[in-house]
Amino acid sequence: MMKRLLTWGIALACLAVPGLAVAADYPDRPISLMVSYSPGGATDFQARIVSMMSADEKYLGQPIVIVNKPGAGGKVGWNSFASSASTDGYDLAAYNVPHFIAQSIKFETKYTIDNLEPIANWGADPAVFVVGKDSPFNSIADVVKFAKDNPGKITVSGAGLFVGHHIAFLQIEKATGVKLSYVPHKGGAPALKSVIGGQVMAGVNNLSDAFRSKDQLKILGIADLERNKEFLPDVPTFKEAGFDVDDSSVNFRGIMVRKGTPKEVIDKLAKAVPEMFNDPKVVKQMKAGGSPMKVMNREEVNAMWQKRQTYLTELLKDLKDDGK
Amino acid sequence: MKTFAETFSFVTPVVQADIGGDHIFKISRAGSSTPEDAPTMEFIYHFGPVFTLSSLAILCAGTFGGLLLGATPGLSPTMAVALLIPFTFHMDPAQGLMLLGAAYTATVAGGAVSAILLKIPGAPANIATALDGYEMARKGEGAKALQLCFISSFIGGVLGVLVLIFLTPLLAQWALSFGPSHLFWIAILGVTIIGSLDSKSVIKGLLAGCIGLWIAMIGYDSVQGVERFIFSEHLEGGVHIIAALIGLFAIPQVIEMLEGGRNLRTYDMIKVKPHNVWDSVRTTLAHPRTVSIGSIVGIIIGLIPGAGGQIAGLVAYDQSKRFSPKRKLFGTGEPEGVIAAETANNAMVGPSLVPLLTLSVPGSPTAAVLLGGLLIHGIFPGPNLFEKHADVAWAFINSLLIGQLLMMLFGLYIAGLAAHVVRVPPAILASAILVLAVFGAYSVQNSMSDVVVMLVLGIGMYFLQQYGYSAAPLVLGVILGPIAESNYVQGRIIASAGDGMFTYFCTGTMNLILIALVIASVGYSFASEFRTRQRASEPEKTA
Repeated sequence: MMKRLLTWGIALACLAVPGLAVAADYPDRPISLMVSYSPGGATDFQARIVSMMSADEKYLGQPIVIVNKPGAGGKVGWNSFASSASTDGYDLAAYNVPHFIAQSIKFETKYTIDNLEPIANWGADPAVFVVGKDSPFNSIADVVKFAKDNPGKITVSGAGLFVGHHIAFLQIEKATGVKLSYVPHKGGAPALKSVIGGQVMAGVNNLSDAFRSKDQLKILGIADLERNKEFLPDVPTFKEAGFDVDDSSVNFRGIMVRKGTPKEVIDKLAKAVPEMFNDPKVVKQMKAGGSPMKVMNREEVNAMWQKRQTYLTELLKDLKDDGK
Repeated sequence: MKTFAETFSFVTPVVQADIGGDHIFKISRAGSSTPEDAPTMEFIYHFGPVFTLSSLAILCAGTFGGLLLGATPGLSPTMAVALLIPFTFHMDPAQGLMLLGAAYTATVAGGAVSAILLKIPGAPANIATALDGYEMARKGEGAKALQLCFISSFIGGVLGVLVLIFLTPLLAQWALSFGPSHLFWIAILGVTIIGSLDSKSVIKGLLAGCIGLWIAMIGYDSVQGVERFIFSEHLEGGVHIIAALIGLFAIPQVIEMLEGGRNLRTYDMIKVKPHNVWDSVRTTLAHPRTVSIGSIVGIIIGLIPGAGGQIAGLVAYDQSKRFSPKRKLFGTGEPEGVIAAETANNAMVGPSLVPLLTLSVPGSPTAAVLLGGLLIHGIFPGPNLFEKHADVAWAFINSLLIGQLLMMLFGLYIAGLAAHVVRVPPAILASAILVLAVFGAYSVQNSMSDVVVMLVLGIGMYFLQQYGYSAAPLVLGVILGPIAESNYVQGRIIASAGDGMFTYFCTGTMNLILIALVIASVGYSFASEFRTRQRASEPEKTA
């Protein structure tokens, strides 16, 4: 009897102690970072690069291990993260904005921005509007002019529904007032292939991927607030072309934890993680891979999440009213 | 409408994908303006770096590791390559890519080991290998099956890489011209072989295929995002093909092994008789038709982006069966079946990289992962890859070539060892397979749901087998369902924006060729079913 009581006592103590111990010497074992896309995808690829320096004493002093949980456009991974990840700071997840926010508005998901806590942002990949090399369109204005006379005739590829590409597509339709046909693909690479192969007339895709295939494409516009000086200095933004499309479709990638994680742990991560993203080795490797970086701290990400939540709720409500 | 057609005439020729003379002419003209097109013997000059001591060590490690990873159920070539990429972060670009190239080659072939010895295909590419390979192993010819598998993989693989070296500029544009309507017809062509694959009755084969198509629908629809058949949260992510594969093939076999209890008399221990390597070489070379069907099917399917090498093995298996005088013996441990499947799935490796290297468009999931491996070293594939990074690009391609050779040598060595691996009592073997099945299903996506799905499908398959249904057509349904569906939906959107459904799906040279193949395939099945029935009724008449 005594023995059993003692066992229970120890078990309870073990449950209670980590809460206290965690904050002080966190992290004292490897940390997992869940990526809700398959290995080799852009998110997975970048997550592996930005987390490679974490074992350095300057940053977390413990390695970050990538765990892939792909499925249903990210829903499977984020659902399981929001419902069953531990809140001791050893379970991190990568987020993709606007994907997860749009999904949480559009579908019944277990995650919203209210039960997740951002840590820091590492990358921002704006959407660009592309057409094939032989296309008669040479500017956004050409596309709009043609679409005005032929509503719904222009087919536009993109990576699935309610991802950055689709949001950009909806914004373009709204801002130009013309009707286009969106053709969802399974990921950005097949969507770009359809544009190059001539199966669709245009496409919305990632700046980084379109830039790599720029010899087979014409990049007509960029859905961001300013031009991309590093990669595409000559491509105008939609705003410059006269259409009100902002940066809401920019694909932000970063790290988050579940709500309920102790404040000390969040503070520690929020301080060390952006520094780790800015490590010269990380920056060099990201640049080599053509992945645009944008390091943002916890407060900035929080503000960005809130802004997207408000905007996307509005945009996607319109979509419902259209009867789609 | 007329102005539309006039102004945008560029859309029609490409969508309809003429492969006639005009198109070829256009490609070669476009090709001649780019410098990489000359099919020179340039690759030979770049063998030097591959044969340095450190490079060879990396190639050996990549090949051997790849074989082991490939033989582990649940670890597909795509995943194995993705897991190796971080190791190349700190390597010299050329050597990093050699590691990836050798590992890719070896994992594709490695999947055959578990398919033959345990009837667990390591990846969808090895399903067809399991059909005859496992039957050979049960007869005690496991070593022979493995030897045939590695020798034919080598032949197919080398031919595939040669296509990559010499025909890339010519084929890259052609590969890209495949659109949703063509992929839809290719998937339908796949459906037509379901009935004849590994089943005694066409009807049962088709029914199993339908069940497979239904299983593929579970989860969120990939185009529209609609929920389908999600009865439990385990099904949220759909049924992963590798989890399904493990469940459908391995579990019924485990139950069968265990149902006899401890005193098994019906299940003989699998004995692996040692077998002379040269005899296997002779057997392979004695089937030139099977080897060429396997290689050609593998190369063509490998080239088509989105069709996936998953079906290359099965299509080649089915075609060889149709043309073989020994077609009755397929599925009972016929060496030809193993040769066809393995030449095809390795022949696909080289061509699957064609659109990636010259156009930077990954044609398969593994190619997409390799793209990541190239980018990490600042190497952007594209028309000028062979100008700017000739050393790295050729080192990579040469490593694929040398990798094939190393894969065969290591593979033949492993074939010799296999005798020891399988010399265990069935009850223990069954438990080991069960452990591997659970581990494999879990490791696919780090999810317990996949394990549950795998076990449920496996138990269901056990009962289906009692009624004469087999797993191969069912799995083919699971693979083809999403390809047919998503391409149909995409094609419908494009068609309704353009010329309408009939014009989009049923006109154009490529569509017509594919439709003709579908009709021929269906006609053949009818004819052979008719012939079998006639033959079956003949003895009655004479008697």
